[in-house]
Amino acid sequence: MNPKTGVPKSSCVDALPVRLAPPLFTTRPRHPRGSLWVRVAALLLVLAAPAAQAAPAFEDSIAQRTQACTACHGEQGRAGPDGYYPRLAGKPAAYLYHQLLNFREGRRHYGLMTRMVDMLSDAYLWEIAQHFAALQVPYAPPAPWARPPEAAVLARGRELALHGNPTTRLPACVQCHGQKLTGVLPAVPGLLGLPADYLTAQLGGWRTGERRAHAPDCMASVVRRLSDRDAHAVVVWLASQPVPTDAHPAPGRPDTAPNAPDLRCGVAALPGGARP
Amino acid sequence: MRQRLIRLGAALLGLLLLAAGWLWHVNYNDGVVLDAAAPTGDGEQLRLRGAYLARVGNCLGCHTARGGIPGAGGQPIATPFGTVYTSNLTPDADTGIGRWHAASFWRALHHGRSADGRLLVPVFPYTHTTLLTRQDADALYTYFSSLPPTRASTPRHELRWPYGSQLALAVWRALYFRPGSYQPNPDQSADWNRGAYLVRGVAHCSACHAPRDRLGGANWQNLDGGVMTAQGWYAPSLTSPHEAGLHDWSRQDIAALLKTGVAPGASVSGPMAEVVLQGTQHLRTDDVLAMASYLKTQPLTEAAPPPTSPAPPSARSANGEKLYERHCAACHGERGQGVPGAYPALAGNRAVTQPHTENLVQIVLHGGFAPATAGNPRPYGMPPFTLSLNDGELAAVLSHLRRSWGNQASELSALDVYRARADTDARLR
Repeated sequence: MNPKTGVPKSSCVDALPVRLAPPLFTTRPRHPRGSLWVRVAALLLVLAAPAAQAAPAFEDSIAQRTQACTACHGEQGRAGPDGYYPRLAGKPAAYLYHQLLNFREGRRHYGLMTRMVDMLSDAYLWEIAQHFAALQVPYAPPAPWARPPEAAVLARGRELALHGNPTTRLPACVQCHGQKLTGVLPAVPGLLGLPADYLTAQLGGWRTGERRAHAPDCMASVVRRLSDRDAHAVVVWLASQPVPTDAHPAPGRPDTAPNAPDLRCGVAALPGGARP
Repeated sequence: MRQRLIRLGAALLGLLLLAAGWLWHVNYNDGVVLDAAAPTGDGEQLRLRGAYLARVGNCLGCHTARGGIPGAGGQPIATPFGTVYTSNLTPDADTGIGRWHAASFWRALHHGRSADGRLLVPVFPYTHTTLLTRQDADALYTYFSSLPPTRASTPRHELRWPYGSQLALAVWRALYFRPGSYQPNPDQSADWNRGAYLVRGVAHCSACHAPRDRLGGANWQNLDGGVMTAQGWYAPSLTSPHEAGLHDWSRQDIAALLKTGVAPGASVSGPMAEVVLQGTQHLRTDDVLAMASYLKTQPLTEAAPPPTSPAPPSARSANGEKLYERHCAACHGERGQGVPGAYPALAGNRAVTQPHTENLVQIVLHGGFAPATAGNPRPYGMPPFTLSLNDGELAAVLSHLRRSWGNQASELSALDVYRARADTDARLR
């Protein structure tokens, strides 16, 4: 089992305990960019690399102290051999703080992350969360699909993301994650700019209990109202959307979704006792 | 013939009875009167003293599950004999110590027996807490009884047969455990004696730092270094000059390491990071200096010097040099000199060159931070390399560290790394 994504290591999707509808989206193609200029640029980068690596001088900064984080997550998030390490830059600070606590306290499971935060205090984790939340890093456009998703799937995903499903009392994504889906302060993350397999793994993790949040765990309730086919559709649509130029999380406090008042989201008090 | 058989049988039976009697005597004949008397003394003072001792001994470090209620137990502890789950120390009547009395609590610490008389599994370090005074045991009892009662049954131990059976425990205890009390050394200062009491008893340092035999037995006052078989770490010798021997450290530096997790040229990681974070950083200054006094005077072991190999660097080590430049030098320096206060030097670092390489491999595989203590609240982090370097590459870079800048330790093989990785990958899930 891959503790980060909550799914077995072999494949991110087809071993989910609940089968998602095909076509599956395990592979986002890395198109060989064949242009001569790209190759020249790549060569120059390779040649320049040793000098670039020897360069960074030591400075006493929070960026320096958290190099252990960026080694895997990179600036924009990065695919690794055992899953996708999501970007940290620009996410709501309280969201990042909650995730750090979740790993430390066993609500999320990924051995490397747990070891990383195990010895750190609330105050330091909050400082780290604020550091990454304040970073401004542009998003790359969504990578093209290997096999474009069907129009009907995209349409279903769009419908669910923007309007939810009243029959199953499924709230729309935009109700909590912001009209632009770039998240809402202080603690709701954006949903754009993430690869499909990462999104799928998170929904799967919530379904199996492998990923949890502070009680009451609102997202767990949402996932219970989502069929496999619909989960697939939402993920495909979300992963196809470009990230708007202004990707800042919206201000606000969506403790509850207007048409789903039973969905309350738990929060952790900040160091010192304040509510985020 | 028949007569002889009967005699032989009788003799065997007699021996068996004698053995049983002896086992009974060493395990159960402790003479503790289990009355219901409350601890004597000022309750609040006892509670505060108990809270302090519980901190120093890091009781809650084991008796709290990850993310669980402090003291409610349920934390799995891996041992070479199976997994043990820690007990609920909150005063819940059915699942905790709510029906215990000060006397039964004392018997648990001093004799290693539960309130119902069962012999306890020695993962609970009663081999060390037996040295506590009755007054300190009462203080701990008062403190745990003051925690909010939490109803939480703990899972049954998952020990392979026969290790968890009462008979096996009785035999083990007959071999390795005698109830004791701290006997002050009249030739040493009161300060040294207080330190000895804390190191040997409350903080139970040798529970990890003593070498254990195949049955998990040890000389409980030995600090010559112990392999933490089921944890994948090595608790280095505190007496060997080639490991973490403290004889030439100042008391202040020893105290700094225990209080903050960092000291000039050293920092703690792995299980010791947890000990510092949850335990020793809360020591009073006089107590931590007292522990330092005791630790400093431990006799040096005549340990063989670490294996040196005068042979020139191998191809493995040469490849390691390239990997070092690419992955390590930016923080640890071109010549392994580190950055004082941030990144440890690797040149001349005993944690790099000590014969046991478990810790070195763990740190490079999984990275991590020094503990965020009051004295070092914003530690620097080390990235993990388990995903980016394969066993051969890790062996190469570690061999390079161990043989460069004056370091003269043996090389590692890919198999060494593979073993450590296979061992911990299973536990990380």
